[in-house]
Amino acid sequence: MATKISTPQNPDITPKTPRLDRPRIALPARHNGRWSGYRHLLWARIIELKREPEVVFWVFIFPLLLAGGLGIAFRNKPADVTSVVVIAGDGAQRTLAMLQNSPIHSTIRATVLDREAALKAFHVGKYDLVIECNPNGSYIYYYDPARPESVLSRAEIDAALQSSAGRKDALTTSAQSSNEPGSRYIDFLIPGLLGMNLMNSGMWGIGFALVEMRQRKLLKRFVATPMRRSDFLLALTSSRLVLMVIEVGLLLGFGVLVFHMRVQGWRSILSVLLLASLGAVTFGGVGLLTACRAQKIESVSGLINLVMMPMWIFSGVFFSYDKFPAMAHPFIKALPLTALNDALRATIIEGATLSSQSGRLLVLAVWGGVSFVLALRWFRWT
Amino acid sequence: MSPTTIECTNLRKTYDGKVEAVRGISLQIEAGQCFGLLGPNGAGKTTTIEILEGLLAPTSGDVRIFGHTWNDNPRQLREWIGISLQETRLSEKLNVRETIELFASFYSAPRPAAEVLEELELTEKADSWVGKLSGGQKQRLAVATALVGNPRILFLDEPTTGLDPQSRRQLWDIVRVFQKKGGTVLLTTHYMDEAERLCDRLAIVDHGQIIAEGTPSELIDRLGGHHVVEFQVSKSGTADNRKDEDKDKDKDDDNLERWQSLPSVESVRREDSTVSLSVREPHLTIPALLGALTSNGHQLEHLSTRQASLEDVFVNLTGRHLREN
Repeated sequence: MATKISTPQNPDITPKTPRLDRPRIALPARHNGRWSGYRHLLWARIIELKREPEVVFWVFIFPLLLAGGLGIAFRNKPADVTSVVVIAGDGAQRTLAMLQNSPIHSTIRATVLDREAALKAFHVGKYDLVIECNPNGSYIYYYDPARPESVLSRAEIDAALQSSAGRKDALTTSAQSSNEPGSRYIDFLIPGLLGMNLMNSGMWGIGFALVEMRQRKLLKRFVATPMRRSDFLLALTSSRLVLMVIEVGLLLGFGVLVFHMRVQGWRSILSVLLLASLGAVTFGGVGLLTACRAQKIESVSGLINLVMMPMWIFSGVFFSYDKFPAMAHPFIKALPLTALNDALRATIIEGATLSSQSGRLLVLAVWGGVSFVLALRWFRWT
Repeated sequence: MSPTTIECTNLRKTYDGKVEAVRGISLQIEAGQCFGLLGPNGAGKTTTIEILEGLLAPTSGDVRIFGHTWNDNPRQLREWIGISLQETRLSEKLNVRETIELFASFYSAPRPAAEVLEELELTEKADSWVGKLSGGQKQRLAVATALVGNPRILFLDEPTTGLDPQSRRQLWDIVRVFQKKGGTVLLTTHYMDEAERLCDRLAIVDHGQIIAEGTPSELIDRLGGHHVVEFQVSKSGTADNRKDEDKDKDKDDDNLERWQSLPSVESVRREDSTVSLSVREPHLTIPALLGALTSNGHQLEHLSTRQASLEDVFVNLTGRHLREN
């Protein structure tokens, strides 16, 4: 758009305009509309995030690594193999043969070692159970009651040996294994990670960013202009929503592609996006409240961790909160991350409708709303 | 008749009910002026300018910008003023052009970013990230964010602190260009050369109060003499074997009076072993000084004369230097 005015050669006809030392570039006068500030703030925020490699890593890559790592570690192994060691001796080979002949031989991996080596390997967790056969044909099991796999192994091995030795079952039973997408650990994990990620990036993305700007005196510089303060906060929140869409897409896409997770239809995806938006805004509000007065990034970092810590533990990110005493459940369910995780799981795994989650949505909305109102009341720009 | 652009009466600011940063400052700044608040660190300059900028509420007192208070219509006032704070670290991951465009977007009728870039000699750096700029470039960018809103008043808080001489001169030129186009400038500084060269009027601030106000030359005139004669003496001969402390006391007591009575001397002060005389006409004072020294058996160790500066005004008023800690 720039048009350069050529400088007149004859000084007599130089127009009487304020002369500067350099030739001026004349550009059309510009008039900014109501939302110009908001648009530029949002754009600037997104550009800044894009140019911050740490943000890209923590917000986008880290959750994927976490999901990948945990998904592999807790993948459904071919029906948990139990590793046992038989102490070398008279009956050792016979015992091995009995285990080989048992109906569950495919889930048993057995070796023979001398007594000392066997016990040592058991103590460092290499084997779940040590089997010793006495000369009289009886058996001793060494197991660790504190290790679930050891307890399980004792029961399985005992059943295997007993049936190989000729014990008859009193009842006829059969078992059906469930390995369907939807009931595995990864299916439980991905929505939890999604919730945790929304919390992390809301708290850090809003709370930390604000205090950093306050510390740099950038907030003060902004309010020294005609910028609308509401535009600033709105832009900050909107930037979270933009990131949220990418976060959700990546994590769900990863779950679907790598772990063949099943998302229940397109309506469910829309519900997940709406839920995630509410979650992002709620934690944005909590982040805003956490950061409303802090002057130093050191102090706000501590505060953010303090706020998030209980939710990491109680809100069922990595394991179900059913493990906590029932007495604590009402408090756990009142935490925003619990509400978000529960609602995400219901929506993603069960294809639940949003209206069926209204209680949880309300918990989120109350946390977000109250935080925003308090934060705006106490907010310090300088 | 141009109306008073910036006016404040009896400003006071007390922090936490204890620290009195500003203790009754009144100012009147006319349109087109470059007005300077000169004073040492901690004098209350920044508090004063931030109250005038509407960023800080005074404990008591009244501020008017173009006749409006900050409660009348803050958004309109913000459209009219441009501010560079003492310390702002702009977003390091935005480039220069993006930063200026961002600030431009807050104003209803900003100047074109390219024009401001050109004027502040930042065009070459337009695509550099803010984090990569030198100190002088960062400071020019800070002023650019103030100028892009096309303000009528420019507030600059310590605009050249920590800059190299070339960058300082560049910034002074920018201020002059703004002023030439009819803008009003209020700046704070603790550099007396900056105040002397740039400001039409000055208020010297110390301990939250204005201790002198006027044009730079008026303030120097008030010293009485436009020249300063500085000298150091030692007693000649061997008669004097007493220790330094006693000698110094003696000098303080009897000598200062004597120098005051030399011709054309307006005032006398001593700093360590140097005596400074404010003098109207050095050609009258110096011969008399030399005569007096010889007749008293003093030996001259050092003698110099120079033009009086605002620094001398400040020392004369407070007994301290501007940059003293």
